[in-house]
Amino acid sequence: MPGAVMEGVVEMERGLRAVDLVRLLPGPVPTVLVDGVSLTIRPGALAAITGPSGSGKSSLLYLLGLLDRPTSGEVLVDGAPTTGLDSATCDRLRLERFGFVFQFHFLLPEFSVLDNVLVPMRELGALSGAGMRNRALEILDSLGMAEQADKLPAQLSGGQRQRTAVARALANDPPFILADEPTGALDTRNAAAVFEILHGLARAGRTVAVVTHDAGLAATAPQRFHLVDGRLVTVPQPA
Amino acid sequence: MTTLTGHRFGWSMLPLPVSIAIAHLRARRRQSAVSILGVALGVGFFIAISGMMHGFQHYFLVQIVESTPHVLITDEYRAPPAQPLEVLEPHAALDLRRVVARDPVRGIANAQAILDALQSMPGLEAAPALRGQGLLRRAGRDYGVTVLGIRPEREAKATQLAGEMVAGRLDALDAATDGVILGTGLAAKMAIGMGDSVLLASPTGGTARLRVVGLFKTGIEQLDTGQIYVQLAKQQAVQGRPRVINEIRVRLADVARSIPVADALERRFGYKAAPWEETNSRVLSVFQLQNVIIYMTTGAILVVAGFGIFNIISTVVLEKARDIAILRSVGMPPATVTRIFIVEGLVVGLIGMLVGWVVAVGIAEALRMIPAPGSTDPTQTLRVDTSPLSFAIAGGIALATSILAAWLPASRAARIDPLTIIRGAV
Repeated sequence: MPGAVMEGVVEMERGLRAVDLVRLLPGPVPTVLVDGVSLTIRPGALAAITGPSGSGKSSLLYLLGLLDRPTSGEVLVDGAPTTGLDSATCDRLRLERFGFVFQFHFLLPEFSVLDNVLVPMRELGALSGAGMRNRALEILDSLGMAEQADKLPAQLSGGQRQRTAVARALANDPPFILADEPTGALDTRNAAAVFEILHGLARAGRTVAVVTHDAGLAATAPQRFHLVDGRLVTVPQPA
Repeated sequence: MTTLTGHRFGWSMLPLPVSIAIAHLRARRRQSAVSILGVALGVGFFIAISGMMHGFQHYFLVQIVESTPHVLITDEYRAPPAQPLEVLEPHAALDLRRVVARDPVRGIANAQAILDALQSMPGLEAAPALRGQGLLRRAGRDYGVTVLGIRPEREAKATQLAGEMVAGRLDALDAATDGVILGTGLAAKMAIGMGDSVLLASPTGGTARLRVVGLFKTGIEQLDTGQIYVQLAKQQAVQGRPRVINEIRVRLADVARSIPVADALERRFGYKAAPWEETNSRVLSVFQLQNVIIYMTTGAILVVAGFGIFNIISTVVLEKARDIAILRSVGMPPATVTRIFIVEGLVVGLIGMLVGWVVAVGIAEALRMIPAPGSTDPTQTLRVDTSPLSFAIAGGIALATSILAAWLPASRAARIDPLTIIRGAV
């Protein structure tokens, strides 16, 4: 296919796309983390990435979120290639367009719930002080966390902390939400609730990718990818 | 919620790195307080000790400047004149024995003309003197002294001798040709007082019986126990050098100009003209050495305080690896991460500096209550000269040390790979 036509198609594309992605950990015997994965995650429906421990699903998520750089292959963000971007540009892209949720909430322990949600906004600096506060409170309210806004992370339950982490991921209204085992440290009820929140974000038009061990929760995802030894073994299921 | 909201709003008004830095320090109150205390003590002692040293040096310099001529013209030359043989055979290798070097008759030639010229200059007073060695004999004991033959009315204008008299008056020398003025220290040593008589003998064999008409006290031991004043004519007679003077003692209205004035006088008259800085160069070089030692010692406290800051920030960086990882993953650039920890060092340094300034004022006030050692006046206490400059220097060193001490752990924090931490946590 001629390059110009390809570019035209690519520009129209929304979501995250991996093209023949390879990630090796250098060493005397290089470890293969991700081995030639190509996939497309579209907005509007939750994507679940599953696989056994050590299958490379988290590594794939970090590559898609520009936290890590591939050994070869390409990550396209809304159709735009990211190979060759310098780290400052990647930092900026993550700040503006990506929200991350990790298995452990990684909240700043000295900051209140509200202040934690404000961190990405303050780093971006797009809104006024009052604007940031209002938006943060709105997000917390939408996640049922408004009452906890002034509490410290240590005063929250596990589920509440993870919701705060989701709220922080949403702070700059990013089109991409990447979650790495977000329910791994939660009980079933809280896990289902957090998953439902992620579903809701996807339905609202965001591109949401979730790495999970939980087959039951993964089964609810309209897009599913299964990795074994760094390779994609199933094709996406159209919603 | 309202009060909390107000609090939160103020909190997030600060730049993000600053509020994270303050949160870190607040979470480790005790450790932060110890670091701040280290800086504060460093700053406090630096200012107070250097202030005490400057006070002492200032006091001492004032004593010197008041008691000695600002410029001293003597019958010497900077470069001794060439000997006739050197002029005659500059490159010869000759073996001559029993050669006595040519030494013209000592004394300032044309002294009166020079004095007249000096008198006509504004902002300057000059007094002639003949300096020589002598022995004071009293009750069978000899005391070696420096004898200065002076003209009392000129001396009164050119030095502070008149003001340093503790008994009798300087102009009593005018009235009494056999008068002598000596220091209180010497008088005590010789156990003589006003009106007593002593015998003065010069190395050339001249003698004179003198009567004590005055006592002076400069505070400088060397002068108070070893210098006496007689009439110029008397000294010339005793030394066997009629109409000769070998010193012109100059006092300036502006003592700060001593060096350029001395240079000008030396160029004009040819004789060596030494500003008081040169005459007392040994004292001044001791002061310089003293300054170096004091600044190094007190500066070392600040450097040690820097280690304290390095320590706390290194600990925070280690403990906060997860926080750093999450901040990096949400897109905070490494430079901003560095800034967080530099700000922590800076906050410790800044608070330490402010507390240190208060400590300095306290120490200085305490020192000012201590009686000055060696002073005969019991109300005289230690002089402590704390200048705004010393506050600024100590503050500057404290801030620079804090930033430097924070820099190493801060740059290490910026190099933390967020993925390593996030993977490690799973």
